[in-house]
Amino acid sequence: MERKTVHKHIDIKGLVCPYTFVKSKLAIEGMEIGQVLEILLDSEEASNNIPKSMVDHGHTVLNVEKINDTDWLLLIRKEKE
Amino acid sequence: MEFTDDQVMRYSRHIILPEVGGKGQEKIAQAKVFIIGAGGLGCPVGFYLTAAGVGTIAMIDNDDVEMSNLQRQIAHRVDTIGMPKVESARNTFQALNPDVNIIALRQRISKHDILDLIKDYDVIVDGSDNFPTRYLVNDACVMARKPLVSGAILRFEGQVTTIIPGEGPCYRCLFEEPPPAGLVPSCQEAGVLGVLPGVIGGLQATEVLKIILQKGELLKGELLIYSALKTTFRKVKVPKNASCPVCGDTPTITELLDYDEDYCSLR
Repeated sequence: MERKTVHKHIDIKGLVCPYTFVKSKLAIEGMEIGQVLEILLDSEEASNNIPKSMVDHGHTVLNVEKINDTDWLLLIRKEKE
Repeated sequence: MEFTDDQVMRYSRHIILPEVGGKGQEKIAQAKVFIIGAGGLGCPVGFYLTAAGVGTIAMIDNDDVEMSNLQRQIAHRVDTIGMPKVESARNTFQALNPDVNIIALRQRISKHDILDLIKDYDVIVDGSDNFPTRYLVNDACVMARKPLVSGAILRFEGQVTTIIPGEGPCYRCLFEEPPPAGLVPSCQEAGVLGVLPGVIGGLQATEVLKIILQKGELLKGELLIYSALKTTFRKVKVPKNASCPVCGDTPTITELLDYDEDYCSLR
């Protein structure tokens, strides 16, 4: 996969739904359209739900990757305000 | 605005909504709402707007809490009987959400102070229980160009409308003059179902949040009539009246009038 520029990184390990998405949403709201948010998390449920919710909000999911036994890394590109 | 962890949790169900989000919640936190009356309608409106995190909520009412209020005025309690309603409500709201600045005004609103009182507020809510106040509030909001969410209840029926001066009709476009004293009975004389102000106040609080968020369609130019007995909502279109005495092309009411203080027996 082509390496994307990450404009903002958040670590939401330890959080559960819905705060995982709430924190991710607040982070992306503060960014510019076209910028990429990287999210580090350790909730399997959230690794499924955050990408779904981000698509519902009109953003693009660039990557969902399980990086070790417990953690996932998501890349989301902001597409609209 | 940076939310604290508590605020992220408290407002999470708002922040998740695409129409609200963190930015919308920030608008809510910066909003100032002025509520006339701390009774049947003022209680649920103030309660929900407090829960929603409206930054500043002022309430004006001259009455003290009575036992007969508790059947519907949900911000008051047995142990606040005898206390000014605005103080009783402020206690309740502050306990619910310390983020909100609650301003309690224990006085009767009058033509002498209304324009000064509402001048710093974004939205005005009418939860008054009498026609002189209703017309005073309407005329003042038209003159000050303040959005007004008006509600009324009696027996099993309630109505709501949202007045955006300069855009839609006002209360006088709908009913040019108050009805003659004694024609329309008061809640005191006619009764009211205790839940009814919860429904109507809930609708008013919803309109207030939509005004703050600038989302959705307002009850502008429409009167929503709810019948609790029939379980029906009817929307009646209300055209703007070009010859309305207060918001028409050539208004005849250009300053606040002597609204009859002794209009009805209801306080």
